Amino acid sequence: MSSRDLLLGRLRAALAAGGPQVPVEVPRDYRHGGPLDLDRFVARLIDYRAQVHRVSEDAVADTIAAILPAGATVVVPPGLPSGWLPSTVTVRPDHDLDNGRIAAADAVVTAAAVAVAETGTVVLDGSPDQGRRVLSLLPDRHVCVLRTAQVVATVPEALARLTPQRPLTWISGPSATSDIELSRVEGVHGPRTLHVVLLP
Amino acid sequence: MTHTFLGMPSTAPPGVGHLRGTEPFPSAARRSLADPQLRRNLGHATATIRARSAGMIAEVPDWQQLREAGRAIKTDVMARLPELLEQLEARVTEAGAVVHWAADATEANRIVTDLVRATGSERVIKVKSMVTQEIGLNEALVAAGIAPVETDLAELIVQLGDDRPSHILVPAIHRNRAEIREIFLRAMPGVDPGLTDEPAALAAAARNYLRQTFLTTKVAVSGANFAVAQTGTLAVVESEGNGRMCLTLPETLITVMGIEKVVPTWQDLEVFLQLLPRASTGERMNPYTSMWTGVTPGDGPQAFHLVLLDNGRSAVLADPTGRQALHCIRCSACLNVCPVYERTGGHAYGSVYPGPIGAVLSPQLTGVADNASLPYASSLCGACYDACPVKINIPELLVQLRDQAPHPRAEAAAMAAAAYTMDHPRLYEAAQRAVRLSRLAGRRGCALPPPLDGWTASRDLPDPPAQTFRQWWAGR
Amino acid sequence: MRIALFVTCLADTVFPEAAKATVRLLERLGHEVVFPAEQTCCGQMHVNTGYQREALPLIRRHVRTFDPYDVIVAPSGSCVGSVRHQHPLVARRAGDDRLAGRVEDVAARTYELSELLVDVLGVTDVGAYYPHRVTYHPTCHSLRMLRVGDRPLRLLRAVRGLDLVELPDAEQCCGFGGTFAVKNADTSTAMLADKMRHVLSTRADVCTASDASCLMHLGGGLSRLRTGVRTVHLAEILAATERSAITGERTAVRP
Repeated sequence: MSSRDLLLGRLRAALAAGGPQVPVEVPRDYRHGGPLDLDRFVARLIDYRAQVHRVSEDAVADTIAAILPAGATVVVPPGLPSGWLPSTVTVRPDHDLDNGRIAAADAVVTAAAVAVAETGTVVLDGSPDQGRRVLSLLPDRHVCVLRTAQVVATVPEALARLTPQRPLTWISGPSATSDIELSRVEGVHGPRTLHVVLLP
Repeated sequence: MTHTFLGMPSTAPPGVGHLRGTEPFPSAARRSLADPQLRRNLGHATATIRARSAGMIAEVPDWQQLREAGRAIKTDVMARLPELLEQLEARVTEAGAVVHWAADATEANRIVTDLVRATGSERVIKVKSMVTQEIGLNEALVAAGIAPVETDLAELIVQLGDDRPSHILVPAIHRNRAEIREIFLRAMPGVDPGLTDEPAALAAAARNYLRQTFLTTKVAVSGANFAVAQTGTLAVVESEGNGRMCLTLPETLITVMGIEKVVPTWQDLEVFLQLLPRASTGERMNPYTSMWTGVTPGDGPQAFHLVLLDNGRSAVLADPTGRQALHCIRCSACLNVCPVYERTGGHAYGSVYPGPIGAVLSPQLTGVADNASLPYASSLCGACYDACPVKINIPELLVQLRDQAPHPRAEAAAMAAAAYTMDHPRLYEAAQRAVRLSRLAGRRGCALPPPLDGWTASRDLPDPPAQTFRQWWAGR
Repeated sequence: MRIALFVTCLADTVFPEAAKATVRLLERLGHEVVFPAEQTCCGQMHVNTGYQREALPLIRRHVRTFDPYDVIVAPSGSCVGSVRHQHPLVARRAGDDRLAGRVEDVAARTYELSELLVDVLGVTDVGAYYPHRVTYHPTCHSLRMLRVGDRPLRLLRAVRGLDLVELPDAEQCCGFGGTFAVKNADTSTAMLADKMRHVLSTRADVCTASDASCLMHLGGGLSRLRTGVRTVHLAEILAATERSAITGERTAVRP
């Protein structure tokens, strides 16, 4: 008998021992959406120490130029709109960059798949303008460019927009820990600085 | 593999893992209570997180509806556990991963050890995971010549300090910044001798220490917060980014999960992703949540193994009331509000699962005889039930487990005699008179005989009244 | 209204003043109080210590005794909580669904004193007079099992002469927990020490609550340390009047 059969047999016996099963109806009367409040989104991002820049699409490159020092090395996913990148930085598109090169970069610029206003969260799903998970992980600065149409009010709306089979990274502020006396410290292993550039 | 009668629900075997303490709760607690540094650290930490969590929960207008939904989803999961696990296995396998089934801690440790050996790696990086602590995986790996490196800051503090975790979420909650600095200075290779006790500096030291390890280790071991049967998606909820490192950088990922972590549908995550961060760290959302489904070509580990663990869970499932304990999403809200935990800390509970949830989960996983003092480690104040984001009725479970626990013979005789007396009003009245006389015979505040002397060690007994209520009533 | 008194074994034996005060208060408000003499103990001690089988006859006795009455009151949140939440549970686990139905029926007619006064009798000013500085400890079972909320505080605020001071960290357990105070005496004492610290910080003369058991624990500690703070059951405060103060009628139990 395999462990699989043993385990499933045990579980079926356990359920049988507990008497007849009553089907469970899950009450779903919690909120599934709500009015989108962009100011709240921005406030929640700032509350978790993300830096927010609300600019028009043609100002993205200038905004990034102001965020990153001249000459900074920036890794980017291959599908990132090239117009977003300023000429002041050295751009390294991810064509199989090794981890050492990515870790050595000063920053990463990505787009995002969806964002949640209520929690100040952006979600990356590995699309060509967001790239492999490692890109947004190793550099110390993450600049995430987001369109207003990608922002939803609540967590349920965000999940409904996402494709489960894609690798997903939910990001709410920079890396942080509460492990020392339960006080929040920003910046442990992931990027220590998160910039969100919010487009109309 | 343990050879029990085929298919019968089975408790976690002794001799492996960390579900059993070495001494009863009262004597372990006595030591903790006498440690002023521990008391101060715990008092500060639990008060901080209680306040923060309460504030975040107050922001959510539908918190109670979310709790009800969370409870119902988990109730449904338990009722359909075998079929959901089979569905999960099918989806995860289709997505390019390998699923393993482990009947107990010994088997899970063997599976993981063999998988690591097959990669040729002599080191694994680990994401904080309760279940791998439960089964004693680190000890098994070390015995096989494989070095496990804990990458969560608190777990690292515990590992470097040669200590034991004392909290589900914040395993080093019993340490303050000065103690953590000392541990780092003593045990962290290459640490800056000028390290201060600023939390930011301590976190930076961990970052520097672990960075190369993350980049050069080929195998990672994680737990899972949720596994979606419908899609085969796994989710790990974390803060520091060490989880992302482990789930992204290595070539091989091994995830060990308790079978109760499965949820039926993708949509169900909308409930738990709202409940968990606010109840646990008191955040609207934790900094990072990773979700992955099998293997993604070109992104992340290209070999993924999922180990599904029983280790006593089938025995818990067999009790229709007791199985509520399997609903736990490991947020640790019940620890943070528990007046007992706040004063004794986690080590007193012996098991890796401390606090109120530990007091109902550990005895059920091991069989109550092996953790017989834990169901009594509560004043039944009910704060845990109110705090639980999935509404586990912990006080009810405590009372039930007390009923199943082995009782001291003298106590059992006394309780039976008391019940008999109380079921006979004439005897009861005689006993009331006897209580009064014995109390009048002694001095006010005098000591009671064992086992009741704990009471009078720190409290006076009330004056015996001139007459009982029923005497007064009869004489009106 | 005809009200049956569920006195509780602890009040009957050790704290009769709380029970007598309940009787006096309800009679003063114009109600008839009856005392079913066959009652003994609700079995809470047995259930909480892990002796459900032994508790079963006590639960049967409780139901038999109180079944004939429409309104039942106890000066104890804990014992009412036991009747409401534990009795059905124990009956069901014993496989006695008929008993479970009967206990639920009795439980629905059983009230803690502040619930009876505010919800059933619709009164918050009971005409009491109690010229003391008082702090109120909301006992766990009143607070979290019965959800009595601010009912006791509303009653206390209406008492003439009473100076009500808020207790810091009021919602934390005092550390009694019945069998807990015996089996885990050290932890219980640590919890008690913090509760006493908060009580003393209010500079109140009197600490009140709706549970004689918690008051026995708190009062025992306050007495041992000779703090001079008395513990007085809520019923005794509500039963006190100008007249009882003048005639020197006993209104409080010494710790």
